[in-house]
Amino acid sequence: MPGLDDLYREVILDHYRSPRNQGELETPPAVRTEGFNPLCGDEVIVFVDVDDNNVITDIAIGGQGCSISQASASMMSAAIKGTSIGEARQFISAFKGLMSIHEGELGGDGSEAEMGIDTDVADAGDIRLGDLEALKGVVKFPVRIKCATLSWNTLAQALDEAASDT
Amino acid sequence: MSIPADIKRDFPVLQQQVHDKPLIYLDSGNTSQKPRAVIDAMNDYYETTNANVHRGSYDLAVRATEALEGARAKVARFINAPATNEVVFTKNATEAFNLLARSWGAANLGPGDAVVISEMEHHANIVPWHMLSDEKGFELRWIPVTPDGHLDLSDLDTLLKGAKLVSVTAMSNVLGTLNDIPRLAEAAHGAGALLAVDGSQYVPHVPTDVQAMGADFLIFTGHKMLGPMGIGVLWARADLLEAMPPFLGGGEMILNVTKDGFTTTEIPWKFEAGTPMVAEAVGLGAAIDYLDNLGMDNVRAHEIELTDYALRTLNERYGDKIVIHGPQVAIERGGVLSFVYGEPDMRVHPHDIAQVLDQAGVCVRAGHHCAKPLLQTMNVPATSRASVYVYNDESDIDALAEALEASSDIFAF
Repeated sequence: MPGLDDLYREVILDHYRSPRNQGELETPPAVRTEGFNPLCGDEVIVFVDVDDNNVITDIAIGGQGCSISQASASMMSAAIKGTSIGEARQFISAFKGLMSIHEGELGGDGSEAEMGIDTDVADAGDIRLGDLEALKGVVKFPVRIKCATLSWNTLAQALDEAASDT
Repeated sequence: MSIPADIKRDFPVLQQQVHDKPLIYLDSGNTSQKPRAVIDAMNDYYETTNANVHRGSYDLAVRATEALEGARAKVARFINAPATNEVVFTKNATEAFNLLARSWGAANLGPGDAVVISEMEHHANIVPWHMLSDEKGFELRWIPVTPDGHLDLSDLDTLLKGAKLVSVTAMSNVLGTLNDIPRLAEAAHGAGALLAVDGSQYVPHVPTDVQAMGADFLIFTGHKMLGPMGIGVLWARADLLEAMPPFLGGGEMILNVTKDGFTTTEIPWKFEAGTPMVAEAVGLGAAIDYLDNLGMDNVRAHEIELTDYALRTLNERYGDKIVIHGPQVAIERGGVLSFVYGEPDMRVHPHDIAQVLDQAGVCVRAGHHCAKPLLQTMNVPATSRASVYVYNDESDIDALAEALEASSDIFAF
């Protein structure tokens, strides 16, 4: 049975207590997008600065939410700052792969194999999720998956807007 | 007489363990658990009585119709309605509010009119008015909420000018606040407006008398009062129901249908298109019998005692680490306790609290409780909410208090 230790890993709590890249960026040039979790009222605001070479030169995170949504947003910002839009999109798909569970395989002992979590998916393409792997325990608590993916979905929207601006 | 000490035995769902701990259910403001008597009544209906209602001429169908109409009579008596045909069954309270808006509202509201609601309303008593206002162009006005969680009625006369309807909750689902409905009825009627009351949190917990309230409409739901999901109630004065156009169209609600049009049947069936939720009505009737047997005065007295115990226990143990929203005196409120917890400069997010409590078997709700305007006024994004009912006792509050400690250990800074 999954326990709280699976969810609240130390690296997650560290990002929650000391969130990286918190704040706002001037718009324009930055793109600003908001994401909401209507279930719990959490909101995240993602600011991204993208230069002419499609490189994310800066990112800032605003809004409020639980430890999982805040830590996920913080880790995301650290991971994608300085990457290209293309690389950031690979991060997004790798992370969403990490968060996907195979239908009908819930229950059992909560081990990753039992839960149908494909540990290889996190290494999709050349992407190494690094610290973000700490969030894979979230999958054992399905209600919290939306907390973890909120900032990523919002980033995807921001990148679409930034790409259409250039 | 008071609530029996062994009442938990009547509730099958409470006889289980989660995460190897006894289930402590503190989310009755969300939905209540069902006693064996309700579950049995619904099973018995399907095993002995099931047929479609109001149309079969055979004995079984007659008995099914009697089961539905018998439940309606129990509801009418439970809220002291002047007549049984003033009780309209709906899917839930939300559908009842939509019926009120789409039927009475669409027929009576237009530019220059106003509907007055309050900042402590559930989305069910907000969104239907937003939707209708977009179409009809009337104004939606808000009675403010004071920092201590009461309605601010100081400017009520101004708010009521030109209002055709006041629609407020009798008990807040976030703050637990009991509102002064008779006073609001007097003020609304004095200004020429009708009064609709959201009784979703109130009717399950407090002896209810629509006539003493002075309400014109009362809305509540079965699943928060030991009954099944899938049945709610709109009570309205018969003369109002008579004048209101139908809501949904179809079978059951007509007197005659031709190629040129239709005429509606009499109330309340005019508002009950299609095959109704008969088993759910039977279940609601059984829930009312169960509550009557406990005695609604005892139900309310138990709630006051337990709320008082919870306020004292949590405040004494945690001091400034906990803030319980709403009135601080049990007699002024219901047993829904919204709180924030953690060090004063760094509260633990309600989602994290609910997660930690769940590991201890304690069920609470975290989030905005379908009352986002209120949380915006309170300037909090979310709260944790523990809510009690007849089957809770002091040991459940003790379990909550104990389990909160664990979130301090995880989220200590």
